[in-house]
Amino acid sequence: MSDNPYLPYRARIEEIITETDDYNLKSFKLAFLNQEDEQQFHYTPGQFCEISIAGKGEIPIGIASSPTEKGFLLFTVNKTGVVTRYLHNMKEGDMVGVRGPLGNWFPWEAMEGKNVVVIGGGFAFTTLRSSIVFMLHPDNRSKFKDITVVYGARSPGLLLYKEELWEWEKRDDVNVHITVDATEDPEWQYNVGFVPTITEKKITTSENSYALVCGPPIMIKFTQPVLEKVGFSPEQIIMSLEMRMKCGIGICGRCNIGDKYVCKDGPVFSLAQLNELPNEY
Amino acid sequence: MIAYGEKIREIAKKLLAEERVDLIIGFKQGTLPLMTEPVMIKEPEKTDQLYWSSFCSMNLANYLPKRKEKIGIIAKGCDSRNIAVHIVENQIQREQLYIIGVPCTGMVDRRKIQSLVDGKEVREAIESDEELTIKGNGFEQTVKKIDYLQDNCITCMHRNPVIHDELVGDLVEERKDPDPYDDVKEIEELAPNEKWELYSNLIKDCTRCYACRNACPLCYCPTCFVDEADPQWVGKSIDPTDTMTFHILRAFHCAGRCTDCGACQQACPVDINVRLFTRKLNKDALELYGCEAGLSIEERPPLDTYQPDDYDKFIR
Amino acid sequence: MSETVITREEIKEFIKSLQGSYEVFAPVREGGYHRFKQLTGDEAADLDFSNTRLSPKSLLFPQSERMFEFTLDETNEDSHILKETPKEYPPAVVFGIRPCDAKALRLVNVNFDNPEFTDPWWAKRLDSMTFIGLGCNDPCSTCFCTSVGCGPFHEEGLDILLFDLGERYLAKALTDKGEQLLGQGGFQEDADVDTRKRAGELKKEAEHKISSHVPTDKLKDKDLLNLFDAPFWDEVAFACINCGTCTFLCPTCWCFDIQDEVSKNQGDRIRNWDSCMFPLFTLHASGHNPRSEKVQRARQRFMHKLKYYVDKYGNGVACVGCGRCVNYCPVNIDIREVFKLMNEW
Repeated sequence: MSDNPYLPYRARIEEIITETDDYNLKSFKLAFLNQEDEQQFHYTPGQFCEISIAGKGEIPIGIASSPTEKGFLLFTVNKTGVVTRYLHNMKEGDMVGVRGPLGNWFPWEAMEGKNVVVIGGGFAFTTLRSSIVFMLHPDNRSKFKDITVVYGARSPGLLLYKEELWEWEKRDDVNVHITVDATEDPEWQYNVGFVPTITEKKITTSENSYALVCGPPIMIKFTQPVLEKVGFSPEQIIMSLEMRMKCGIGICGRCNIGDKYVCKDGPVFSLAQLNELPNEY
Repeated sequence: MIAYGEKIREIAKKLLAEERVDLIIGFKQGTLPLMTEPVMIKEPEKTDQLYWSSFCSMNLANYLPKRKEKIGIIAKGCDSRNIAVHIVENQIQREQLYIIGVPCTGMVDRRKIQSLVDGKEVREAIESDEELTIKGNGFEQTVKKIDYLQDNCITCMHRNPVIHDELVGDLVEERKDPDPYDDVKEIEELAPNEKWELYSNLIKDCTRCYACRNACPLCYCPTCFVDEADPQWVGKSIDPTDTMTFHILRAFHCAGRCTDCGACQQACPVDINVRLFTRKLNKDALELYGCEAGLSIEERPPLDTYQPDDYDKFIR
Repeated sequence: MSETVITREEIKEFIKSLQGSYEVFAPVREGGYHRFKQLTGDEAADLDFSNTRLSPKSLLFPQSERMFEFTLDETNEDSHILKETPKEYPPAVVFGIRPCDAKALRLVNVNFDNPEFTDPWWAKRLDSMTFIGLGCNDPCSTCFCTSVGCGPFHEEGLDILLFDLGERYLAKALTDKGEQLLGQGGFQEDADVDTRKRAGELKKEAEHKISSHVPTDKLKDKDLLNLFDAPFWDEVAFACINCGTCTFLCPTCWCFDIQDEVSKNQGDRIRNWDSCMFPLFTLHASGHNPRSEKVQRARQRFMHKLKYYVDKYGNGVACVGCGRCVNYCPVNIDIREVFKLMNEW
């Protein structure tokens, strides 16, 4: 980052992809305006950025692209507040600011040589996508043993990164279990059922494994006991938290849980770490 | 008024012991002289914490909105009027309340006492019915309380609780002073630019801590317009325009509802007389609609009702 | 380091002479209370005060500060691009700061200038300032500085400490910066043994006068969750009206919000003091609020100061015992009582 950690890099919107059939989620491919900025921007899956829109403000968004994908950053944004609503109305070619990479990342070193179970729900699949793409890259695949993905949404139209999901589903170096809560689509060829239920069916061992879990609170609440049942210890369950943030660099003070700042000490925490913190998130 | 404390403790203990209320909202002695702290008591044996002095200036009605329990609440004249406003505005039900009325002879203004001793620290205050003795390093002084009342208490026309289930003492005589709005009239006489200067100067030290708003029982909106972020009505910096917008809009939201309890002014950490905003509107509500807020639990605030003979001269 | 004797008259002139080459900030009385203000012209510091109502943190960390500016004018080639708001950081002297407030700046500095990130505005201002502290001969009954690793003549964060000996001051240089500044005064009289002794006594007397003591010894070893879940928070928070008085007056509260403001096509990114007392502080765009209840917010403030900070920085509590929140809380919530509750729990 520059001398001033509050100053965003300049970036251009290269491509906008509408991800879901309710139009509430769009992915934005951003390219750095300055080559030097891109060169010094080194990130690791699990990290996030503050996307900055002059006149509207900033929002913390997980990086959905993988560092193995060069030339762009991908952010998938849910339309909820002032900044995201504005962003959703922007066009390709428009300018935004990007501040980051911020926060910590999934425990990649610890996960080497391990089975990795990726469990995602709804639109909290962004840094998980980054992680999957990262692990599946030929340079990295051999560092991990079995990779299993359980990803679900309320309906087929609400799944993110659909084309990629179908591709992964066909590969034999990753076990992908796509599910929806319900569907009336007769063509649907994947699972139907809540993420915790599918997890219970597909994940039968915790041996030598890490689980990366991101999703709505209700999904996490019911997935956690399923994982514990097959022996995942709190140290083996890794989560990424959301919190209202402003500075993103642990200074402005609002995103704390106990003595940890989600923006700087997180957003990635193991369940073991969270168990030692107040339940205030 | 000093004797009220004993009576309050006695009533509260009885109410809790007989389970006629779930909790009592009152005051306890402050950790500083000239201060008290609002307190909630649930056990009869803890009622000895309850306390009364001439420094019970916060408005306890502030602690009522949305509560579900059966509540015993200590109420001065102004507090009782705010309770009435809450009842009218459906923030609390009359049946939930046991109002322990305090006929009030006025609250002493902590700031006036402090400026009396030129900002020196008051380390001890001893109160009798009429007098207050204050002590500090190198001074001891006894004053008549009536000379150091809060401004709103000086002009108060409703010292006795307007609704109550029990009184802690005999009713006090209401003031016959015909006109409590002398200061407002002076301001009304000013030219527009002079008024603007007066009010700009009034709020120049405002830190937007919102103590005035939060001490006010009327300000119970789930999200205040000044906090609302989407859409954002008011800027969040200390730009004078935004600060003025906050104060003016807040005052207008209180128009016809304000009982001039003075909590806003007492709460301000930088000594702003916030009442200068609300009092003009109180005067207008009285003159234009014949309304004094909170005198009954039937009458809705003038600005949320319509009468064919309502003041309408502003429509041109 | 030098210890010099300066008369009242000399120090007045000295401060006035500094105004030529420094911005000089000092307590003045305006309205009913003292505040730090930049001295201009013949305006003099008023040192007849216990402390300023608001802490001097705003000299380094203004309540509202422009961070960046931008134009939204599409015809401008820099449209939508944030640029640092031009600022100058002229050398400044903060005169008459109380030792508690000077220590507070050091406590806050670990937040604004940490191993990973440096807040440029805070750091540059801190760097540009020389702090001349004035020891407290007569601490208030609400001062509890000696309980929290501070004291009426505490030296941390100061460049020069003044001892008020009546007609004269003893000025003790504490840093090179302080030494250099004192050198500019050309004061001739080095403090003799008796004067130094008198200053030492003054300090002891002042410490002795502190009547308010709070326990802090057990906070560090307390279990965080145990404190968080303690039953006393409802009682502590009941009276709280969730205003920002305590946080805005506090010399160690540093939280801020960042907002964009636009007028026509010109905009600023501004940071404003924020407060953990305000519900919006933690409200997610989704509507979820991890601290939606006032008891959670009141607990946050005390836990942050007396436990989270203690655990995070190993630097003691984030409180210097200045007593501002004690004196100005409209509902008399007294942090000294909370110290006791937390430490003894």
